[in-house]
Amino acid sequence: MCGAKVGGPSTDGVDLTQESVVQGVVLRDGEPVAGAYVRLLDAGGEFTAEVPTSATGQFRFFAAPGSWTVRTLAPMASPVDYPVVAAKGAVADLEIAV
Amino acid sequence: MSTDTRDRVLVDADWVESHLDDAKVVLVEVDEDTSAYDKNHIKGAVRLDWKKDLQDPVRRDFVDKEQFEKLLSARGIGNDDTVVLYGGNNNWFAAYAYWYFKLYGHADVRLLDGGRKKWELDSRELVPDLPERAATTYSAKDQDRSIRAFRDEVEAAIGQKNLVDVRSPDEFAGRLLAPAHLPQEQAQRKGHIPTASNIPWSQAANDDGTFKSDDELTTLYGDAGVDFDKDTIAYCRIGERSSHTWFVLHEILGQPNVKNYDGSWVEWGSLVGVPITLEDPS
Repeated sequence: MCGAKVGGPSTDGVDLTQESVVQGVVLRDGEPVAGAYVRLLDAGGEFTAEVPTSATGQFRFFAAPGSWTVRTLAPMASPVDYPVVAAKGAVADLEIAV
Repeated sequence: MSTDTRDRVLVDADWVESHLDDAKVVLVEVDEDTSAYDKNHIKGAVRLDWKKDLQDPVRRDFVDKEQFEKLLSARGIGNDDTVVLYGGNNNWFAAYAYWYFKLYGHADVRLLDGGRKKWELDSRELVPDLPERAATTYSAKDQDRSIRAFRDEVEAAIGQKNLVDVRSPDEFAGRLLAPAHLPQEQAQRKGHIPTASNIPWSQAANDDGTFKSDDELTTLYGDAGVDFDKDTIAYCRIGERSSHTWFVLHEILGQPNVKNYDGSWVEWGSLVGVPITLEDPS
């Protein structure tokens, strides 16, 4: 990931060789949105996990390899769905505008 | 009947806002991320830490009756208070605390529908100030074992009672050991208890964390193979998401004989000699 634009939180301390990370940042008009809710839905659309975004608008999931949908709920915004593919040893990094 | 039942166990955000200054209503925040309360919370709410306050620090079990009495007394919760629980993660840990309050016999306990998420998405007020509540002398009852299942009873229930595995399909099928936002750890083996139906807790809730209607819930469990004439045991990984489903079946729908197996997968997946299956949900 060296040199890549990273939207999600720092991966320091995470054993990336063993995890399939899906992470990112939620933005409104280019500014991070704290306290948005980000849900991870599996390939069948079933809820798998949900986290609130951090003070800097960031979130992270430890997923399994495969296809997922990231659904974002934020105050005064419509839900936003974002498809993503997770792979072991890789970090899928998203910028989500609401 | 069911609507009355629902009103007795669930309150909405407007109800909470109109009772913020009611001394007989105690708001209690319970989160997986126990630091959420430090940042802010609903005005007047006290905190319970699901791990430090509700788990024995040495044995893998709950705090005993005397410890629970001491805890609630210190938090300023009285036996005749209306306790309203809420929290993050779609009320998982608030539902767990609800079940726990019922286990020790608290008379009037309710959940805030949608929990902290709905409150935040509505942009309702949260404050950092810590409330002051005078200590009480709380008196708990003996544990109500009619709502708590242990491993031997779960093994005997295979093929006999409704076993409801409320984890995600990936956990059920053994591809994950824990929800995807947590580091993967814990039980020795992946999979599920034979004959369990996979009815993820999330199917009982709307996106904003509120519970679905009674009709939708009845259809959900009926279609997924729950026989309402049989006893039911719900489980998940550590017993918190299954408390959410226990709440739906026992408290909202008024089903008798529903138990939460709080040992859940972390226990079952580490037991020697018990059966495990891996197939995907049907």
